[in-house]
Amino acid sequence: MPDSRLIDAVEFAGNRLGEGPLHRAVVDPIAWESLAVTLAGNRNWSLLAQWAEPDTVHMALLDSADQSTAVVSLPCPSRRYPSIGRLHPPAIRLERAIRDLYGLESEHSPDPRPWLDHGAWPQRHPLAAMPTGQASLPPYSFLTAEGHGLHQIAVGPVHAGIIEPGHFRFTANGETVVRLEERLGYVHKGIESLWCDCDLERGARIAGRISGDSTVATSIAFARAVEAALGVVAPPRAQWLRALMGELERIANHLGDIGAICNDASFTLLHAHSGVLRERVLRACRIAFGHRLMMDKVVPGGVSVDVGSDGIEAIRYVIEEITRRFPQLVELYDDTPSLQDRTVGTGVLSAELASQYAAGGFVGRASGRGFDARRATPYAPYDALTFDVPVRTLGDVNERVWIRILEVDQSLGLVRQIVDRLALEQGRELVADVALRRNATVSEGIALVEGFRGDVFAWVRIDDRGRLARCHVRDPSWFQWPLLEAVVEGNIVADFPLCNKSFNCSYSGHDL
Amino acid sequence: MRRLLFQTLINRPVTEKAPRLDDGELAELAARVDVAARRRLGRSLSIREVDSGSCNGCELEIHALNNPIYDLERFGIHFVASPRHADVLLVTGPLALNMREALQRTYVATPGPKWVVAVGECAINGGVFAGSYAVAGGIADAVPVDLVIQGCPPSPEQLLIGLLTLLEATARA
Repeated sequence: MPDSRLIDAVEFAGNRLGEGPLHRAVVDPIAWESLAVTLAGNRNWSLLAQWAEPDTVHMALLDSADQSTAVVSLPCPSRRYPSIGRLHPPAIRLERAIRDLYGLESEHSPDPRPWLDHGAWPQRHPLAAMPTGQASLPPYSFLTAEGHGLHQIAVGPVHAGIIEPGHFRFTANGETVVRLEERLGYVHKGIESLWCDCDLERGARIAGRISGDSTVATSIAFARAVEAALGVVAPPRAQWLRALMGELERIANHLGDIGAICNDASFTLLHAHSGVLRERVLRACRIAFGHRLMMDKVVPGGVSVDVGSDGIEAIRYVIEEITRRFPQLVELYDDTPSLQDRTVGTGVLSAELASQYAAGGFVGRASGRGFDARRATPYAPYDALTFDVPVRTLGDVNERVWIRILEVDQSLGLVRQIVDRLALEQGRELVADVALRRNATVSEGIALVEGFRGDVFAWVRIDDRGRLARCHVRDPSWFQWPLLEAVVEGNIVADFPLCNKSFNCSYSGHDL
Repeated sequence: MRRLLFQTLINRPVTEKAPRLDDGELAELAARVDVAARRRLGRSLSIREVDSGSCNGCELEIHALNNPIYDLERFGIHFVASPRHADVLLVTGPLALNMREALQRTYVATPGPKWVVAVGECAINGGVFAGSYAVAGGIADAVPVDLVIQGCPPSPEQLLIGLLTLLEATARA
């Protein structure tokens, strides 16, 4: 049913995401497959996440018509389930990962190759109820591209720059890329296994280290999911401080990315200047919160640190400095034709693909997908703040730079508002006691939080002792990595770094 | 662009002074560097960074070393694109089993004399990821470690102190 609404199609669907414990809709294989058909045919529906536990697969769906969400579960005692990826390609890599970790097979999957399992672990299906011994895997077979004059360029996993490891296999005709295929999973750390039967404090520390550049956003997503499961609400002061840290993280990362993209076009002047501004932000964060990246400062129930008057002063100072100096850098970017020559028209992502893959962050918003979790599925305190969600439509590297530029402006405004509100906030309480609200029964929660890179999805199950039983966090990179393959096609090899940096996907957040 | 370049000319440099080094650690490291290595390296180090499973937090701070405030290159230390050009492997992250072979091959591809620096808690002992089926612990499980730089992630100052200690040690030995 191409025009059906999620709230009509799925039990417990609703648009109050992350408020209170989660109710999942348990379905049979026929209903599961019919949801996949709708997901593939209805442009309003998107796949937020797909994950598993030893005997069940889950998927989270979003209906952008009314921003409602639902979590659907399919028990699979036969260890097989109808493939979503067969009908809706964004699920393909998720299903390959589920098979590698849990041994659950997606039937008729268009791509049965392993994904995270490189044959290096002691066991196969390490998260299944009964893992099996590791048999050596056959060499990974890359997709083929055949034709006269084609050659392959293999890059990685150890790259030339200071970046995370992954393998890129280019097939090129002269300078033009005919196909790029990514091979990821090199930094897989078995994070989901570490979350099984783990106390909340340790769970939060791990969540903060899924992807270091998004430590604040991921920690907020984890904390909000735990709070939803336990029916706890973080105190108002903690909500303000979380948003403050989240926006500072966004500003720091966008500044770093803008410079790094220009650096990949050999325009080092902008890289140097934006690097200085980024450093100023991180130093203000250290003064305000005691850590440059603000790791472990967001905890289930609230925050672990308050900001003092010196911290507020440092933040105000850096915000004014950026407000003064950033426009000069933007002008420099905009007035340098040799730089624009590299970024305009390079690595174009179509609106159709951005929508199909539910691409978050600057990747989606540079290609006309205006989704921003802070606005679409609003959570405190963003419902009380004023900001715009910039959207552009051309989908090239230049547009992804511009989305970042515009978002820096918006985040500067948000930080100002938050700092003013914090001064008025009477409550001093930083953390609601999650231990006291411990449910007598097992409960679950989900959250969707907007990081600098896009929406981070988190699902947790808390057991009857208040410990983390299971957890899944889906980094936005899962749906952005496949799109990078698509945008590179037809570009020259030398423009790949620009395309790649303009996406800036997380390897660690994806590989888990 | 002219205005920005002109401002750069009249403003004071943003680059900060070098941090002070720990004499004890320096002496200990210097004792391990042999004369031949010193003669070959002089006062310069080329670094290849390898992420063997990091969350990318360490990478962010290593990147910061190249910004104008820390300006690592003024000390004769620079990052190179290939292990074949490197004296030092700067390794971050726990040892993800999926990265073990790549790390070992990178080590083998690095010509001697060479040093391995383990950066961050994860590279030292696996950090929060220790105990997972997919992680072997610290990087010492795959390559010999000469120097560790602690922190999660280490700040650029801590990284700078570690690298300058190594540089001084090779010059002084």
